[in-house]
Amino acid sequence: MSLIESTAAQLHRQLTSGNVTSVEVTQSFLDHIQQHDEHYSAFISLNVEAALAQAEDIDRRRASGKPVGALGGLPVAVKDVICTKGQTTTCGSKMLRDFVPPYDATVVCKLKQADGVLLGKTNMDEFAMGSSTENSAFGVTHNPWDRTCVPGGSSGGAAACVAARMAPLSVGTDTGGSIRQPAAFCGVTGMKPTYGRVSRFGLVAFASSLDQIGPIAQTAEDAALLLQALAGHDPNDSTSSSKPVPDFLRAINQPLVGLKIGVIREHFGEGLDDEVAAAVREAVHTYQALGATVSDISLPHNQYAIATYYVIAPSEASSNLARYDGVHYGFRANEAEILETLKQERDTATATNQEATGKELDSELIRMYQRTRSEGFGSEVQRRIMLGVYALSEGYASKYYLKALKVRRLIRQDFDKAFEKVDLIVGPTSPTPAYPIGDKIADPLSMYLGDLYTVSANLAGIAGISIPCGFSKTGLPIGLQLQAPAFEEERLLQAAHMFQQQTDWHTKRPSLKN
Amino acid sequence: MSLSRKEIEKVSHLARLQLSDPELDAMTAQLANVVEYMETLSGLNTDDVEPLAHASDISNVLADDILKPSLSREEALANAPKRDAECYRVPAVLGD
Amino acid sequence: MTHDAFQTIIGLEVHVQLQTQTKLFCRCSTAFGAPPNTQTCPVCIGMPGALPVMNGKAYQLALRTAVALHCEIPRFTKWDRKQYYYPDLPKGYQISQFDLPMSQNGHLAISDPSGVFEPKKVGIIRAHLEDDAGKSMHDEAASKADSRIDLNRTGTPLLEIVSEPDMRSAAEARAYLSELKLLLMYLDVSDCNMQEGSLRVDANINLHLETSHGKVATPIVEVKNMNSFRAVERALSYEAGRQFELWEERHIQLGGPGGHKTTRGWDDEVQVTRPQREKEESSDYRYFPDPDLVPVITETDHVEEVRRNLDELPAAIRKRLESKYKITSYDTDVIVNQGRDFVDFYVTVAESCGDGKRASNWLQQDVLRTLKEAELSIEEFPVSADSLGDLLNRVSAGDLDNSRAKDVFSRMFNEQESVEEAMSALGIVKVDTSALESLCRELVTANPKVVADVQEGKSQAIGALIGQARKQNSNANPAEVKRICLKIIASL
Ligand SMILES: [Mg+2]
Ligand SMILES: [Zn+2]
Repeated sequence: MSLIESTAAQLHRQLTSGNVTSVEVTQSFLDHIQQHDEHYSAFISLNVEAALAQAEDIDRRRASGKPVGALGGLPVAVKDVICTKGQTTTCGSKMLRDFVPPYDATVVCKLKQADGVLLGKTNMDEFAMGSSTENSAFGVTHNPWDRTCVPGGSSGGAAACVAARMAPLSVGTDTGGSIRQPAAFCGVTGMKPTYGRVSRFGLVAFASSLDQIGPIAQTAEDAALLLQALAGHDPNDSTSSSKPVPDFLRAINQPLVGLKIGVIREHFGEGLDDEVAAAVREAVHTYQALGATVSDISLPHNQYAIATYYVIAPSEASSNLARYDGVHYGFRANEAEILETLKQERDTATATNQEATGKELDSELIRMYQRTRSEGFGSEVQRRIMLGVYALSEGYASKYYLKALKVRRLIRQDFDKAFEKVDLIVGPTSPTPAYPIGDKIADPLSMYLGDLYTVSANLAGIAGISIPCGFSKTGLPIGLQLQAPAFEEERLLQAAHMFQQQTDWHTKRPSLKN
Repeated sequence: MSLSRKEIEKVSHLARLQLSDPELDAMTAQLANVVEYMETLSGLNTDDVEPLAHASDISNVLADDILKPSLSREEALANAPKRDAECYRVPAVLGD
Repeated sequence: MTHDAFQTIIGLEVHVQLQTQTKLFCRCSTAFGAPPNTQTCPVCIGMPGALPVMNGKAYQLALRTAVALHCEIPRFTKWDRKQYYYPDLPKGYQISQFDLPMSQNGHLAISDPSGVFEPKKVGIIRAHLEDDAGKSMHDEAASKADSRIDLNRTGTPLLEIVSEPDMRSAAEARAYLSELKLLLMYLDVSDCNMQEGSLRVDANINLHLETSHGKVATPIVEVKNMNSFRAVERALSYEAGRQFELWEERHIQLGGPGGHKTTRGWDDEVQVTRPQREKEESSDYRYFPDPDLVPVITETDHVEEVRRNLDELPAAIRKRLESKYKITSYDTDVIVNQGRDFVDFYVTVAESCGDGKRASNWLQQDVLRTLKEAELSIEEFPVSADSLGDLLNRVSAGDLDNSRAKDVFSRMFNEQESVEEAMSALGIVKVDTSALESLCRELVTANPKVVADVQEGKSQAIGALIGQARKQNSNANPAEVKRICLKIIASL
């Protein structure tokens, strides 16, 4: 098997045994990217030289018997919303087109310490806002299974690059399904860990109380390998958990005995694609065949999850994105033009004596803010900022924002209750497989409704994983979502691994167009 | 209750976004649609429910008051769209 | 209507910089005066991805202050984002506290030793912990009128202390600020340096008037830009007068047409307040809990521990000094205002000389003057409290008089000598009573004119004898010489 076709675990064994060098592995992925990515736009930027230098250093250390980190020289792609020191971190936005962070995110430090080779930064919906990776200032990412379809989002580049074998491992972020849904659309394994399991320090915030970094890989085993490197307490993130991190790789090979899985009644309602429903039912049967008991469970407040999510996430986003104002970093609109426009308006106002009627024009500073933000942000980001400002504004905060926080508790309580009965909750990751590029872009609400099965895990702070469980007739992957209580990533990985021992959906690879 | 164009204008000012007239119209229509969907929350009785702002129950994360190195001025100002040798520069804050 | 017919209503909002090494949410230095933009990091300049972590020391200092202000400390507190756009606010929001502040419902007792107002308790609505903004500097020299932004101060921990509108005069407002500052200094939570911005005051002021139509209130004015306590007092006096005149002229009422709250700035040069440009939509800060921070839970036990560990505070010290050393409230005030070290110095001197009044006089006059002239603090003062006590003890015992004692004190300070060394260097020895009596007899005999004058009732003529006695023996105690001479003359 060629290097790029191998799983991360296989490559890791080859690297450790000295059969192959990190430089060879890194170079083959870089070659593959350079050969194919112009058709997919999975990456925003590549670190060719830095990656090879890092790989060389790892090889040198291994050759001289010095210690090598747990990733052993495996290449890793990083979503471009995670800060990398000295390397642009754009968040898929014109606003941060030239932003070069002076610091590494905690997960980037951890990847470097574990000797993961940083290949490059992957494409995404601008500021992680979107479910299709169509909202990027750097072009739309294409689904490797069908170039005319979206890869899902917002970690579309991160999922597509694993599916297209441009990287064995990839780091994504998930605020309302942004790892799991693109993993489902691209036929790979993607996990949103428990809120607090992985440090958010250096992750450019979309919605701080929901954002979580997680692994995207070909298999559950590979995801375990990457999660091990990412997870752990970080004193720089107040919301980071100090719970000890289990040994995921060891856990994964211990089969779950007496597994109780719950199927959410509400997830099989209106809007669910028949093929997706059939594939998920088949997956449930596979678990039954493996000895799991299956029961029906209900999450009665799930129907409010989208509304709750699309109040809370934009509210936090509107605040998190206030800092992009053209003063301290990032894009600033052309000041001379602003000044000129303002001068003309003032002249007109004076001529018509509008000032006397009390109409005052904004200052140049306010104009600078407004033009910078209107030119720097794409339309979906602007929409969500508007939504968030509205939900937090005087007179509406208790009706929308505060109300959503209360419903959030009810959603959380539904999960608590369900997990008294079952170990895992199983269902579809997304109501449909990947859809054609452009299909939903003009109708934000229809796009939002696609997050129906994923947002509640973020609201409740629990862990979830998406694994491939079939294909549509048109050859698009279908994802199965498993959800576990907070800090039970082990259980998710074990269950996913069990499934992947029995099925081969995760081994299917798209053939790339040249 | 649906969103008015006037409200959208006010919100765009609070958000420091400058939207053209057609943009304001489109935004009003799209957000009205979304806000109407949010209204489903109003149907739910949450009188005795405590808001949940954080999914985790962590509290009292307090750091020691011990200096760590700051960025150099060059690092701090490197990304500034407009600066001089010492400071960020912006159009006059005093306004008109 | 006369000026007597209105009552001034004042509430104060004080921002105090807490004395930490590092900022509230990052570990950059809070030191004043560094070159621009040299004390910043991704966290305090709000760089994408950076996250805040609360400074534990800042929280403890805030808690100590709140307890000393007799505030209730709720078990649960959280931090909220207060959102507005300003170039010196790099995150686009200030991290502050909105609906659940860390402390509330306290008070601070104020009084005036000279009796300008009656002692009273000023209510504290709340005290909460928040971060500071940076500094904008308007650059007039630039070809285009740019502002320059320095973010060194951004993120410095502030305690915002909001009083009830309980003060009724500019003098009360000033007393409140002085007492608050003193408390903060005694608590060791802030250096309260107004010049460096460690203590900032905003005042809300309006008038309540009795009119033929009943009670009315004038619109509330928030006064800013007051850079000293004296400025606060003057600004508030001016503002009360201005509001009264405006009332007479236009009769605008609080809440009525044109009666909304406005902001004015104090112009210290011209001694007037002027209207300030109001921040747009200032009322819509869109507060919500900061999702990057976690709540702080403070158990009652901890609050009690903080309370137990508070050192004795100014109000209690004043009481103790007054009752134990029998000095006036004016005197205790002067001593307590000098700070805890000065109080300790005073107590040692008073205990050692056994005369609280004498100790108080000496400290207020000689010691304070010397400290001021030499620009020293009491900790740096070379004369120890024990040796000053020793000196005063000798004055009480009549070993030397007050003016000789001042010479001794001077030497003790200038030459860093002990009391004994200074006295012997000055040749001061106690003259024994029989020697003094024979000297007095000689003088009486030698000065019949003086004797005659005294006998005629001009007792001040005795001064000439005292002068001659001191010329012959500089250690002669003038009071003693006077007493003995008068006795001799009387027996003639
Ligand atoms: Mg404040
Ligand atoms: Zn800092």
